[in-house]
Amino acid sequence: MGASALGGIALQRGESINALWIVTAAVCVYALGYRFYSAWVAANLLVLDGTRATPAMRLNNGRDFVPTNRWIVFGHHFAAIAGPGPLIGPTLAAQFGYLPGLLWILIGGVLGGCVQDMTILFLSTRRDGRSLGKMARDELGPVGGYAAMIGTLLILVILIAVLGLVVVNAMQHSPWATATVFATIPIALLIGVYLRNIRPGRVIEASVLGVSLLMLAVVGGGWIADDATLARLFDLDALQLAWFVMGYGFAAAIVPVWLLLAPRDYLSTFLKIGTVVLLAVAVVWMHPQIKMPAVTQFVDGSGPVFGGKIFPFVFITIACGAISGFHALVASGTTPKLIGNELDVRPIGYGSMMLESFVAVIALIAATLLDPGVYFAINSPGGLVGTTAEAAVQTISSWGFPVTADQMHALAAQMGELSLFARTGGAPSLAVGMATIFSSAFGERLLAVWYHFAIMFEAVFILTTLDAGTRVGRFMLQDFLGHAWKPMGETSWYPSVLISSAIVVAGWGYFLYVGVIDPNGGVNILWPLFGIANQMLAAIALSVATGILVKQGKLRLAWITGVPLAWLAIVTTTAAWQKVFAVEPRIGFLAGANDLAAKLAAGVLPAKQAAIAPQLIFNQRFDAVLTVFFAAILWIVIIDALRICRRVASGRAVMPSTEAAYVEIANDPAVARS
Amino acid sequence: MTVSAARAGVLERCGVALREATAKIGSVGRAAWRAVRHGAGDDAYERYLAHHAQCHADAPPLDRRQYYLERQRRKWDGVQRCC
Repeated sequence: MGASALGGIALQRGESINALWIVTAAVCVYALGYRFYSAWVAANLLVLDGTRATPAMRLNNGRDFVPTNRWIVFGHHFAAIAGPGPLIGPTLAAQFGYLPGLLWILIGGVLGGCVQDMTILFLSTRRDGRSLGKMARDELGPVGGYAAMIGTLLILVILIAVLGLVVVNAMQHSPWATATVFATIPIALLIGVYLRNIRPGRVIEASVLGVSLLMLAVVGGGWIADDATLARLFDLDALQLAWFVMGYGFAAAIVPVWLLLAPRDYLSTFLKIGTVVLLAVAVVWMHPQIKMPAVTQFVDGSGPVFGGKIFPFVFITIACGAISGFHALVASGTTPKLIGNELDVRPIGYGSMMLESFVAVIALIAATLLDPGVYFAINSPGGLVGTTAEAAVQTISSWGFPVTADQMHALAAQMGELSLFARTGGAPSLAVGMATIFSSAFGERLLAVWYHFAIMFEAVFILTTLDAGTRVGRFMLQDFLGHAWKPMGETSWYPSVLISSAIVVAGWGYFLYVGVIDPNGGVNILWPLFGIANQMLAAIALSVATGILVKQGKLRLAWITGVPLAWLAIVTTTAAWQKVFAVEPRIGFLAGANDLAAKLAAGVLPAKQAAIAPQLIFNQRFDAVLTVFFAAILWIVIIDALRICRRVASGRAVMPSTEAAYVEIANDPAVARS
Repeated sequence: MTVSAARAGVLERCGVALREATAKIGSVGRAAWRAVRHGAGDDAYERYLAHHAQCHADAPPLDRRQYYLERQRRKWDGVQRCC
């Protein structure tokens, strides 16, 4: 059936195909991957042992270590790994057409991402839930360990910056979206107080209350947008919003978790699961036609959404959904401490990632069911296609994707927005796609409400990641600074909290600021940087996994993690090389900086652009240095892992395994299921 | 006489079947509600109390609010959310 669905896609090349074919093909690929490949890997490479007591059983303390039902752990793990990433990446990569993204999501997911998540979850479960960085230090040596740690901190900074940029682009000059997103903050605070003081720990009540208030905020945003005075209050430009996001991130990192982070996370988890299910049902129910061609001419690198050829950039743009290094951090955190039976590692590790990959497929469908002209009009920055509606539609239509200014104005009016031109970052075009699907399935007249529901949904996700990421970055930095001066390492000492939070926010705030002032839309620069960082982390995780498995005598099966590792090493290194050295100014950072510097010197830039040009030039050079640094970290870890493998192959001594000793499961049901 | 007895028998059986069906729906509903509460973490405090009574009966347990705050503090002490 999978073959016939893929065949369906193949046969219909050149004419529009139905989304149902894509969903069917995806589900079949996942079913095959799970039933055969994951079972084979679990049995031969990992050798999962259902009689072996898991850390949750051996160390059960009722708090961190608690043996938990596999479906519950599945839900928690999925909620932890699935954020805005799999929604944004596929939307941006849709500029190449639907086929490249789809194939990479399916193949990369089944053979790469799912295997990575399952393997890291397994290794951490066998090591009492140790983190990736700790496993790297214990098993490979200090070099790999520190590289993994620094890599994590940097990826956090870039991730938060790019997500902040996505939110800012979705809110700028949109009173409705801005009012709704702002309203989520007092709602989260209210729920926080409710959960702490009014009805402590009653999560379901609080979430139902919170989600109803969020719905009210979506509708209420519309009333605000209709009122001229109030609308002006919430009609903010990108720079104002960027400062707001930075201030918010700083505040969120220093207030107690119960006040803002915990309630926001409950709300976003409820919304996330509800919306993903709703979207999947609506796609199957409506089975819309895909309007984007299978492959567009932009595979040659001239794409307006971001510059760069299909290889390597489709593999960088879609990280979450195919393979994401960040998952390795989550899979070596809380989840291994909850696993009730080692056999659960397969459904939880492989299965959760499969579901996230499916979310990415749905996002790809939502982006490609739009008229390609509309898709490009929303996602192309003004600096590239022209800042007036007439100029933009002319440029885009000249690429062979006809669109008219009237069509865009009508669409914006339907969505309750002033304009949908150059709303880069993926969120607005995804929201238009989602609103189109939802409204055709559940009522045409609510298009504008659905659009802002989708924006609110993405913003809630993103702000949760922003809160949590800033806080984790703060902890890591405090840990780091604690080595230099002891009091800085105390996570509850207020001066240290303030200083380290400010440093972290300044770190991502810088990239956010530059992204906002860049007339070519900072997404063009930041998203590839994020992709490179995320794939670098995945390659680090796979190196650690390969090194450990080879130490355990699995040299002949090392290709299972080794092949995805090699692929990522090739992709990431090529992308890093091109981002630094390519002569095309839209792709190479150095070429971009030189191009701008030459224009500035020749005096051909308009005054407004000339004023910010020095900052942009500096930023591009800085990004080049950062990219080189990422590539260097990556190769240090790979070489370290190869060194271990060679020592094992030639029978020399390596660091001892830190796997916890085998303990058989006790037959006491009270211990086995708590 | 026999007709009305038969009728009563049928009614009796219908009543039993109905009661059984209601009980079945009720128990499925309760199980589903338990699963939802467990999944959302709504019953975390009750689970903690059960664990505490079993393993640390000598010390007094935390109250609901202390337990909730402690749980949040531990939960957000590391990487919990991905992109």
